[in-house]
Amino acid sequence: MEPILEVKELTKDFGGLRALDRIDLKVHRGQIVALIGPNGAGKTTFFNCITGIYQPTKGEMLISPGGKEKKSLNGLKPNHVTKSGLARTFQNIRLFQNMTVLENVMIGRHCRMHAGIPGAVFRNPATMREEKQVVEDSYRLLEKIGLEQYVNEYAKNLPYGAQRRLEIARAMATEPFMLLLDEPAAGMNVKETKELDDLIVQICHQEKISILLIEHDMKLVMSLSDLIYVVDYGKKIAEGTPEEIKNNPDVIKAYLGEEVDA
Amino acid sequence: MEYFIELFLGGLTRGSIYALIALGYTMVYGIIQLINFAHGEIYMIGAFTALIVAGILSMLGWNPVAILIIASVIAVVYSASYGWTIEKLAYKPLRQAPRLSALISAIGMSMFLQYYVLLAQTSNFLPFPSLIPDFKFMEPIEHIVRSSEIVIYITTAIVMVFLTFLIKFTRIGKAMRATAQDRDMAMLVGIDVNKVISFTFIIGSATAAIGGVLVASHTGQINYYIGFIAGIKAFVAAVLGGIGSMPGAVLGSLVLGMSESFFTGYISSDYEDVFAFLFLVFTLIFRPSGILGRSDTDKV
Amino acid sequence: MFSFSEIKKSLLISLWFMFLTFPIMVIRVNTIYKTIEWRWDRMIMVGVGSFFLSFLWRFFIGKKETGKKKTDTGEVQQLTWIQRLTENKKIYLPSLVAISVFVVLFPFVFSMYQTNIMTTALIYVVVGLGLNIVVGLAGLLDLGYVAFYAVGAYTYALLNQHFGLGFWTVLPLGAAMGFMFGVILGFPVLRLRGDYLAIVTLGFGEIIRLILENWNAFSSGPSGIANIPRPGLFGLHLSLHQNIIYMYFIMIGLAIFTIFIVGRLQDSRLGRAWIALREDEVACQAMGIDKTRTKLSAFALGATWAGMGGVMFAAKTTFINPASFTIWESIIILCVVVIGGMGSVLGVICGAMVLILLPEYLRAFSEYRMLLFGAILVIMMVFRPEGIISNVRKTYKFEGLKDNNKDNS
Repeated sequence: MEPILEVKELTKDFGGLRALDRIDLKVHRGQIVALIGPNGAGKTTFFNCITGIYQPTKGEMLISPGGKEKKSLNGLKPNHVTKSGLARTFQNIRLFQNMTVLENVMIGRHCRMHAGIPGAVFRNPATMREEKQVVEDSYRLLEKIGLEQYVNEYAKNLPYGAQRRLEIARAMATEPFMLLLDEPAAGMNVKETKELDDLIVQICHQEKISILLIEHDMKLVMSLSDLIYVVDYGKKIAEGTPEEIKNNPDVIKAYLGEEVDA
Repeated sequence: MEYFIELFLGGLTRGSIYALIALGYTMVYGIIQLINFAHGEIYMIGAFTALIVAGILSMLGWNPVAILIIASVIAVVYSASYGWTIEKLAYKPLRQAPRLSALISAIGMSMFLQYYVLLAQTSNFLPFPSLIPDFKFMEPIEHIVRSSEIVIYITTAIVMVFLTFLIKFTRIGKAMRATAQDRDMAMLVGIDVNKVISFTFIIGSATAAIGGVLVASHTGQINYYIGFIAGIKAFVAAVLGGIGSMPGAVLGSLVLGMSESFFTGYISSDYEDVFAFLFLVFTLIFRPSGILGRSDTDKV
Repeated sequence: MFSFSEIKKSLLISLWFMFLTFPIMVIRVNTIYKTIEWRWDRMIMVGVGSFFLSFLWRFFIGKKETGKKKTDTGEVQQLTWIQRLTENKKIYLPSLVAISVFVVLFPFVFSMYQTNIMTTALIYVVVGLGLNIVVGLAGLLDLGYVAFYAVGAYTYALLNQHFGLGFWTVLPLGAAMGFMFGVILGFPVLRLRGDYLAIVTLGFGEIIRLILENWNAFSSGPSGIANIPRPGLFGLHLSLHQNIIYMYFIMIGLAIFTIFIVGRLQDSRLGRAWIALREDEVACQAMGIDKTRTKLSAFALGATWAGMGGVMFAAKTTFINPASFTIWESIIILCVVVIGGMGSVLGVICGAMVLILLPEYLRAFSEYRMLLFGAILVIMMVFRPEGIISNVRKTYKFEGLKDNNKDNS
């Protein structure tokens, strides 16, 4: 079966600095794939290239949501990438702080809605239906993520862990076939991380959304991932199942070295 | 050919004046990422202060060169004081606020100062005594370039060298560069950021005042509105050169001054300001990072 | 608060301001007649004024800081009085009725002069609400907004001069021209970031004004266009008095129309996108919102109202020239939005009333109008950036839909 995301030889230069050097990566339907590596290895740059925030210097990025036709992501703007079914979260939370939780999710639904200026002005039945639907859909989604008690709160007033979950909810509202999570567990305590672990599994298995995540929490990565890619200095140094990665000498040297010695 | 040289030198004069204002713009922007809209007004206030001082002294029958020096010094002191005060009143309380709030505050300040001078002095153009003496050795080429223009070139060059030295080699210059790079980090390593910002405003305002005095005695007249257009153009120049970069500000000013001079000389003088604004629009649209600036991408 | 050190501080501040304002406030030199005027009384005014103002300034800065601490630590978020007012139907409905009655009776109770001023204020309400879409909702600082106002005014003046088109024909055309110019000017500039956008729009505004000033064959240059007819009413001949009342009601109608449309836009898919865009552009794009298109729609819709306001302005004054469309006009409209409260419809209405009516009624004031506007912008930004009436945006609430759908989920 075709991979739903296939990245070939992705390269990104910033001036003279090569942030990403010919990275290959594949994600198959239903997989949870992790991208790990030391700080500054180029993981977030990789996400930014895929989601259209940066344009890669070289390389190809292909998606195939149905498993048949392939579509290139090269040159697409971030909003078109999202529309094609890839949604992301951010390392440093980027919620719409002065909007309510519900509204944040509603913004996520934006690209699946149709009303334009005439709809806004005339409020024709189709627009009204759509508006009613979006509130309902958003609420359902919040229920699934377990944030329904906060529905009418401002995003800025949410506890930290809930803000992270809200970012995931907002991304899911765009109806993606794949979620890109940038350090979803950063700053979370053990309990919150455990809940996140469950949530990610639930998203993957029940919602049938594949997941690509960047994470530093090794316990989370090892327990969740079907496949792990390791990058260092912009290069891919290993790929494999958690077991393989744990025993890979290159990874230990570049990344886990000190911890193993200790 | 002579016409060309005339336009070229005229452009150099304009460019030098823009440079004196643009340097202040670029320094302030570099350090607090604020378009200090009121900067043009600081320049105008410098010119007005010099006019008042020069008016009094010339009535007392002083020698023009002495008047020029004293008027410049007082203008510099006053402009610097205004710059410092404005920062404390209108920008410092907004350090943590969104950038647009500070910009709106700056616009308000600019408007306030313009009308302050208008109400306290006059809305008419005031004649400014020509304080810069005509040099003897300039006589043969006087029809192409005036003595005052030579003084403008030299002063601009000196100010630029002085500022470069200040930024590159002094302690406070290093603190300024550090603050421009990362304000929070600078604070952590013990730099008094508030002091550095105040100092930047003082230096920038003083530079603008020098420009104000020179331009006023070159063109021979001033009014409350001279700062606005000059300020906008200097901003264009600063952006053109790459905002935040001091050599860029000078380069951008010269490019803008020259192109304006040639445009008005060869094409149309009615549309002089239209040209400058078009220059602004095209620069910002096609090369917002300027000639010498680096393009910065939003960090995600 | 009146401790010795506080007084000393204020004394120093007042000395500083006396020094600062000394040359420009006190001395006036006339280089032609060789006279110097010393105006020492002003120095005393500055000294005394700054002494007392510095107390106020520090008091409010302190108050603001403690207020900030309170909201930071998440203490009770109070409803503003206005929020309580609009939510309480018992107060809200009667006051709405009272205002309506007042509005209808206004031109018959007050003089022609006052009706005229009210009409002007209403024009500012309309263009202010237009700018509010751009600045308040979408967070784009547009300093060249007056250009679209000029476009509307000149559309009416020129179409009338050359083709004899009447007010009612041109009103929608002016709006359309505003929209069109909004799209044309907006398209290339909207990818710029905030402060650069402000400067570029300022540039465009000045370019349009300078073209109007210099292109004599097209716009009659600085002398402007005179004898623009007032709005007609089915070909009836109206006296000047009747016409002023008629224009007042047209403006009331336009204002209500604007409030209605802007309100609906705000509470729509598009309005949500604008607010989200103001909050965080990158996140917005990552949510699939087309940044350029959303910004462009805000920019062009704002311009539409400026175009419409411009047509009305030309019809009301019957004479226009480029001097009416300087950058300061843009800034006055910005003041209306900022003072009222960015993003708040009610705020903009109050802002327009305060800014336009106050200087008209306090004649002694009007000389200092622009000075005060400048000061107000600074003071508002420092002490109350959310405006007189802070934005009481209706948030989307989820109420009880859950029960109906329980079986499905």
